[in-house]
Formats: sequence, C-alpha cells, structure tokens
Amino acid sequence: MFEIFGIPSQALFGQLLIGLINGSFYALLSLGLAVIFGMLNIINFSHGAQYMMGAFAAYLLLAHTGLNYWFALVLAPLVVGAFGIAVERLLLRWIYRLDHLYGLLLTFGLALIIEGVTRNYYGSAGLPYAMPEALRGGQNLGFMFLPNYRAWVIVASLTVCLATWFVIERTRLGAYLRAATENPTLVNAFGINVPMMITLTYGFGVALAAFAGVMAAPIYNVSPQMGSELIIVVFAVVVIGGMGSILGAILTGFGLGVIEGLTKVFFPEASNTVIFVIMAIVLLVRPAGLFGRRV
Amino acid sequence: MHKLAEPTMRRETRLADRSEAIAFVVMLVFVAAAPFFAYPLFLMQVLCFALFACAFNLLIGYVGLLSFGHALYFGWASYVSAHAAKVWGLTPELAILAGTVAAAVLGLLAGSLAIRRQGIYFAMITLALAQMMFFFALQVKFTGGEDGIQAVPRGRLFGLIDLADTMTMYVVVVAIFLAGFLFIHRVIHSPFGEVLKAIRENEARAISLGYKTDRYKLVAFVLSATLVGVAGATKAIVLQLASLTDVNWPMSGEVVLMTLVGGLGTIFGPVVGAFVILTMQYKLAPVGEWVLVIQGVIFVACVLLFRRGIVGEIAARLRIRL
Repeated sequence: MFEIFGIPSQALFGQLLIGLINGSFYALLSLGLAVIFGMLNIINFSHGAQYMMGAFAAYLLLAHTGLNYWFALVLAPLVVGAFGIAVERLLLRWIYRLDHLYGLLLTFGLALIIEGVTRNYYGSAGLPYAMPEALRGGQNLGFMFLPNYRAWVIVASLTVCLATWFVIERTRLGAYLRAATENPTLVNAFGINVPMMITLTYGFGVALAAFAGVMAAPIYNVSPQMGSELIIVVFAVVVIGGMGSILGAILTGFGLGVIEGLTKVFFPEASNTVIFVIMAIVLLVRPAGLFGRRV
Repeated sequence: MHKLAEPTMRRETRLADRSEAIAFVVMLVFVAAAPFFAYPLFLMQVLCFALFACAFNLLIGYVGLLSFGHALYFGWASYVSAHAAKVWGLTPELAILAGTVAAAVLGLLAGSLAIRRQGIYFAMITLALAQMMFFFALQVKFTGGEDGIQAVPRGRLFGLIDLADTMTMYVVVVAIFLAGFLFIHRVIHSPFGEVLKAIRENEARAISLGYKTDRYKLVAFVLSATLVGVAGATKAIVLQLASLTDVNWPMSGEVVLMTLVGGLGTIFGPVVGAFVILTMQYKLAPVGEWVLVIQGVIFVACVLLFRRGIVGEIAARLRIRL
C-alpha cells in the first residue's frame, strides 16, 4: 500500500480499472456505431437498447433455459444480431435515400419501443445476474486487488475490438466493405452484393452491442434503461473521436473511460459530466474531432 | 436526396397567404372556445408545448438543423423562472423574463459549440450538451434535485392582476403563445428567414453567395432557444412546478415527436402535433409504460409512411401553404 498524490493506491488503481471497464464498453459501442454509420449512413440510436437486449438475452437464457454465461456470450449476439438484420430488412432499407436525420429519428423510435416493452414486463428495477463461476475471485497484485472478471472484460473487449479492426483494415472482406462505403454503386457493378453487405454490417454492429451487453450484465444490474443513458455518453465519445477511424474509435473509448475513472478519484462531482466537457473542449480546439475528417 | 421539409406546392401566392390567415382564424376560434370543453390547465400545458414545438420547428423546419437537446432550454428556463418567482419573489412577468434570458444565454453557449459540426453530429452534440446540463441540474442545490421546485407562486401580473384565477392565467398564456407564434411567423417570412431556408436547401451554395451561414445558424439557434425558454418559463408558472422531467432527454425526444406528427416545416404543424401528443398521453395515462411504446411506434410510422405530418399532408392535398 502506498499513496500517489495523497490518494491510496488501492483507490486510484481501483477507479482506473473501473475506468478501463467503462472504456471497453465505450469502445465496443462506438466501434459498432462507426461501422454502421460507414455503411448505412445512419446513426443507430437504438444501439443502447440493443446493448440492453444483449444483457436481457443473457438473463433470460440463464433463467429459462439454464444456459450459462459462456453460451450467452455466443448466443445473445447471434439472437440480437438476427433481430438487427430483421430491423434492417423491414424498416431501415426504406429510408436510405432520405436525409440522414430520418435514420436517427427512426432508430430513436425503435429504442423507445424496445425500452418500453422491456420496462413493461420487467419493471425499471434492475435484475441481478450472477458472475460466472470460473471468473470469481481475483489476484492481489500488491499495489491493488484485480478481480478476475474485470480483467476478463478488458481483455475480451480489447480482443474483439482489435479483431474487428483487423477484419476491416487487413482482409479482402474488409476491403470490399471499405470500397462499398466509398462508392456502393460502383462496387455493386463489380458483382458484389452490396445490399447483403449492408444488412450483414448492421447485424454485426448490433451483435457487437449485444456482446457488450452480455459482458456488462454481471457488473451492472440488468435493467431496461441501462442502454439509454450509456448511448448518450457514447455519442459524445463518437463526437470526440470522429467516426472516420476504427483505431481512433477504440483509442478514444478506452482513453475517455480512463479519464472518467480518474475524475472519480480527484473530482467526484464532475465524473458524470467530464466526457461532455471534453467534448466541448475538443469542439473548440479541433472541430472535426481527434481522428475525424471534416464532415 | 429528399430534404427534411419539402416545400409544399403553391398554386398562387395570394391563395396561399389567405390559407394561412384562414388557418390562423380557425386556431383563434379554437383557442377561445376550448376552455369551455376541456380543462383549462391541460389547455395551458398544450399551449406551452405548442410554443416549445414551434420554436424547435424554427430550427429543423427552416434551417434543417435537428437539435436533440431542446429540453435543456425548456427545463432550465423553467427552473430559473420557478426560482425567481418562489425565492426571489419576482412578479410572474419578470420571472418568465429571467427564465427566457437564461435560455438565451445557454442557447448562445450550446449553439456556438454545436454549429461547428453539420448534420448528424449536430444532433449528437446538442443531445450530449443537454445531458451534461441534466446532470448539472441533478447536482445543483437550487433545482431541488429529484423533488424539483414545487409550489411556485403564480403571483400577480405586473403586481396588479392575480393569476391564481385559472381563466385569467389562461388569457395570459394565450397572449404569450400568440406573441411567440406570430414572432416566429414573422421571422420565417423575413429576408433573414429566406436566408435560413437557403441554408436548409443548399448550405454550400449559400456560402458561395457570400452569406456567413454560421452566423445565420447561430442567430436562428439562439432565437429558437429563447422562444423555448419563454415556453418553459411560462410552463413553470402555470403548473407551479419545475422538475427533472423537463430537462431530461425524453423531453427532447417528445418535442421532436410533436413536430414530426404535426408536420416539419409547417407553421401550424407543431401546434397540432403538441395537441395530438399531449391528448394521447392524457388519454393513455392508465396504460403506463405502453405510452413509451406507442410513442416509439408513432415515430417509426411517421418516418416510414407519414413524413409530411398531419398539417403537411393537408397542405399538400389542398395545394396550399399552412
């Protein structure tokens, strides 16, 4: 035990860890938003609701079928991703020709529907979700106590983020995707099924949100409004980072999580608002965002 | 690409002008007759929200800027005016003025940040700034946190007229609403309003013609926030309450919904939309959380099938301007 700037190391590193955890959710969600925006030109307002659906899917799988956390980690993104695909096919594809803002309004309506239905059946109090057996307990690192589950969340989300970056920036599939983002008509003329790619991209982005939701379930309570508050912070993260760069989105997400964690230690009153304040400063200094092009 | 608000077809300018005048008279008759058929308190709430939606529509309908954070100005104006009336003991007109000034200042600050980005980012920035000020309202002492500011005295208008009487209050609210409504109408049809519409249609072109579009956008933003402030401040006096509901993000969504249902970029649309949505909430209050679901469904349906909104649809069918 020692002190840094008069703060016990346990408290400082503890908050830093929570910051990294929040940062992993910011990174996963802003990554999904950026991928979807790149292909569909839609800001997916229902992203938070779909994150919440992931957490609820994990809860329901455990409660009704007895399938544990590890099954949920695979099944929930698949189920919610399939829901996303249905949404894209049935609703979103009618509005691609319209102004971007209609996409925001439509997905906002969708978020209200999803949140309203869940709240109606499960109330707004949170439901507890037990931590998986294998990840209980933790390691004593000397300067701090590291719970196993938290370490797992950080490693898992970092892996998923980097894998996504690799697929998009370094593989043939990713090259098609980037090309279709630039010029869908031309890529379509080359014989690549662009509408199918758009559908799958949306499904994938939504699945990422659900994956984050499953990982969040044992940390926070599973509740209908868990997504709506998070998504607004993620919007600020996206404004700060800009949506042009995948690595930028990941970096901004983790970085802002850490800053938020540190604020909890040094100036707790501002911890709710620090990300918004940073957004305001970035807008003043670099209006296009840290990694963005002028849009 | 379709624009947010399609200009409705015009057969003849003179007919169009007359159609607006006729609609205005219809609205006046409705406002005058309504208290004999419905609760005046409910109607005053409708008028406040109608002004709120009209001011919001000034931005989205005529400049093409979607603000997803207008609860910020509504809520904070209502806090300031409630505080001014209750703690400082100001007369209602001064309390409303204080709330309005607060909203104008906040609009200037938030607007000068938000106009640095276009389109979808603009919406996200306004939403994030509003959320920031929501947390601020949660922490500051004078807002009363979860309780809000309750039992705000209505006081005496100009120190003379007692507003405790519901019908007197109703007349005052009608006067405020009409003043705001006519002011917005004047702005839209002024040369300044024409530039705003030019920015909505093609901002790059407006810039190339020499207009400093950022300045126009900022002025429009501040005007909108100020008028929203009038609505919010008046609401606090009428309902004698300022609470967290008014600054929270669902309120920002609600005003978007009202304007969308009534008709983006129409003058009477937001008024009709506010009436329809509040009536719906009132009638559906017993079904609880389903209200949220129904609002979501209306959002989706409006975007997919009914983008012109009620008034926009009528105007397009009759080929008039409303």
